[in-house]
Amino acid sequence: MLNVLGDFIAELRAAGLPISMSEHVDAGRAMTVIDMSDRAMVKATLSATLVKDGDHLPVFNTAFDVFFANRHVDDPDALFESGDDVDEDAQRDGKGAPTGMKGAGRPMGMGGGANSSLSAEELAEMLFRALLNNDNNALRQAAQEAVTRYAGMEPGRPVGGTYYLYRTLRNLDLDGLYDKLVMENATGEDDHLAERLARDEAQSRIEALKAAIEQEIRERLVEDRGAEALAKSVRKPLPEDLDVMHANRDEMAQLERALRPLSRKLAVRLARKRRHKRRGPVDLRHTVRKSLSTGGVPIDLRFKPPRPAKPEIIVIADISGSVASFARFTLLLVHAISSQFSKVRSFVFVDGLDEVTRLFEHTDDPAEAVARINAEADVIAFDGHSDYGRALLSFHERFAGEVNKRTAVLILGDARNNYHQAHAEVVADLRYRAKAVYWLNPEPQSYWNSGDSIISQYAPYCDRVIECRTLRQLEAFVGDLA
Amino acid sequence: MSAIDPRKELADRLGLDEVPPPRFTSTTDVVSRLRENDYLSDESIASVTFLADRLAKPVLVEGPAGTGKTALAKAVADATGARLIRLQCYEGLDESKALYEWNYRKQLLRIQAGRPDDSTAEDWHALEEDIFAEEFLLTRPLLEAIRAKEPVVLLIDEIDRVELETEALLLEILSEYQVSIPELGTVRATQIPMVFLTSNNTRELSEALKRRCLYLYVGYPDVERERDIIISRVPGISTTLAEQIARVVRSLRTVDLKKAPSVSETLDWARTLVVLGREEIGDEDAAATLHILLKYQADIEKATKELLGKGKSLA
Repeated sequence: MLNVLGDFIAELRAAGLPISMSEHVDAGRAMTVIDMSDRAMVKATLSATLVKDGDHLPVFNTAFDVFFANRHVDDPDALFESGDDVDEDAQRDGKGAPTGMKGAGRPMGMGGGANSSLSAEELAEMLFRALLNNDNNALRQAAQEAVTRYAGMEPGRPVGGTYYLYRTLRNLDLDGLYDKLVMENATGEDDHLAERLARDEAQSRIEALKAAIEQEIRERLVEDRGAEALAKSVRKPLPEDLDVMHANRDEMAQLERALRPLSRKLAVRLARKRRHKRRGPVDLRHTVRKSLSTGGVPIDLRFKPPRPAKPEIIVIADISGSVASFARFTLLLVHAISSQFSKVRSFVFVDGLDEVTRLFEHTDDPAEAVARINAEADVIAFDGHSDYGRALLSFHERFAGEVNKRTAVLILGDARNNYHQAHAEVVADLRYRAKAVYWLNPEPQSYWNSGDSIISQYAPYCDRVIECRTLRQLEAFVGDLA
Repeated sequence: MSAIDPRKELADRLGLDEVPPPRFTSTTDVVSRLRENDYLSDESIASVTFLADRLAKPVLVEGPAGTGKTALAKAVADATGARLIRLQCYEGLDESKALYEWNYRKQLLRIQAGRPDDSTAEDWHALEEDIFAEEFLLTRPLLEAIRAKEPVVLLIDEIDRVELETEALLLEILSEYQVSIPELGTVRATQIPMVFLTSNNTRELSEALKRRCLYLYVGYPDVERERDIIISRVPGISTTLAEQIARVVRSLRTVDLKKAPSVSETLDWARTLVVLGREEIGDEDAAATLHILLKYQADIEKATKELLGKGKSLA
């Protein structure tokens, strides 16, 4: 009983969603009051009981599509049967499915569908019609055809389907479809707004097509390999757990989306912490005066208001290719909560060093400033390979006087010095002048000191050297700092 | 699997004589009755509302500002003929504002009025019991919702504004539908209220709170739903115009803006265009009225550039 639900929850937990025992129970109980043949209702129920954060919904949706793809929920018992039986049931049901749209029961990779006689042109026309009329059923059918024809799926291969998706899309000439859609929708008038609307509409339909194809591929993979195995291949970490250094373009976009709410929440939390920590040291004068009303007995202690001990921050970031994205996110986060610091100064370097604080001063959108860094900062002095020694030396020469006992110095980078000189004595002197020196390294700890990484030469002079690979780690660190 | 009815179970725990009948028969029922009250739900909104009723659990509604979170609670109240009790949260909200407070002025009066010169210890005990009676209790929204005899919908608005500690006040109500008052004992609900909590997600809510609620994320509606919302809320608008407005707004939301236009701003914009007597939106109209949708100068400039392809700002 409840095996599928249990497996499903295990998968969600593996993907990083915090699901408690009582939420599991809630989901199980909720299942008893709904009509389980209604897939949408099952989905809504599970999402309402198990997912308690809007950012987790994409992970949930992916897992749901995998787990409840071909297990036909119109047979309520199927949901609660053990995994072995379900596959057979699904196949049998799939053949008799009234929609007749799923590829259930069809052998993988054979390409023999009901409409396989379609030529490439006919298929393209069919796709175009479906997109033009915004007809979801036709779109699914066309997607199914496209997958059968182009994906070339091979049974048993332990893949997540990205490659099949790529193969299918490559053959479909989406750009051509997009242009045709825009043409059809355009009014012909010379109107910017109308044109833009037509383009956005076309874009959204193309996205719908992609989603339909992806779903189709996924459904076939589930049939082939079973939900648990596939779920493992398509599992994506939550945005805050993505490795910043190795994120691809989509993941980068996710990270950027996640960063804004993250920094907002962090700022709110820090501001509250500051406001509610009301106790400074005992105010003796005030306490004695207050004690007069109780005959000189100091019953009521009075405290000085706390000094707003906002730290000053100096960020020195390596922005060479390998760690550029990490530097960008850290600068963004630090500047987004700059109200929590009394002063923030930012420096970037590759083998030369430049101050970029000014870029952040004239805009209230840190993202814009970060975007301008690459174009405007003068960071290449020599050959364009990171040189920590030279950059730190140059910082020390020009700005060492700015570092004082209220300053926390943050150095960001992987300490891959291209076999240049380390000049670790500079960090030693900075530490002597500053309140603290922290080194954030975006590489996994096991890579430190391999190859040209010389983090161990700097480490003795830093208060802490921190592995910082994900937004979660970054947020935790910056939160402690303020 | 033996079917347990969560409503019956809760009714037993609360000691109700009979189980209050569910408010909705199905999700389609939710959709149609909310529609009668000019609220267009989508599948997830309807399903979660239906579940909340069936499972007798509170709903935590999260999403960007102006997407109809508060309106949902109002519409449910209207659709079920229940009284809406609203608790607006703010920083510094405490027990005496949210739950209950003793009316100490009245208590003081009572003490002074009933104090003869020869009062004894027994008199005092009698008096003490007397002044902590319901008569001296000032009910605040949460207790009011629990004590109400008639059906109510309790709306706890912008829960993310209160401190983490204050959140804990709600936990007993959310899971047990009761309030414990030390001097008086436990007050149990006499009906099963429907509870909606809304949050703009400015901070992380506690696990304890989330665990007790069903979660509903209300994002921006898709073009079709937004068009329907405009048609139902703006009288006298043509379908073409509504469709066009919905599309413009969708395009705007893809632009990276500080504050994307909300549904309520969309409606304001639609009303404006109707008042101006427009049948469709051209570049000029859009440029001239964009400030209704967007509230930051930087956003307006950016949107003008992106959508209308011009560097000029007309606001």
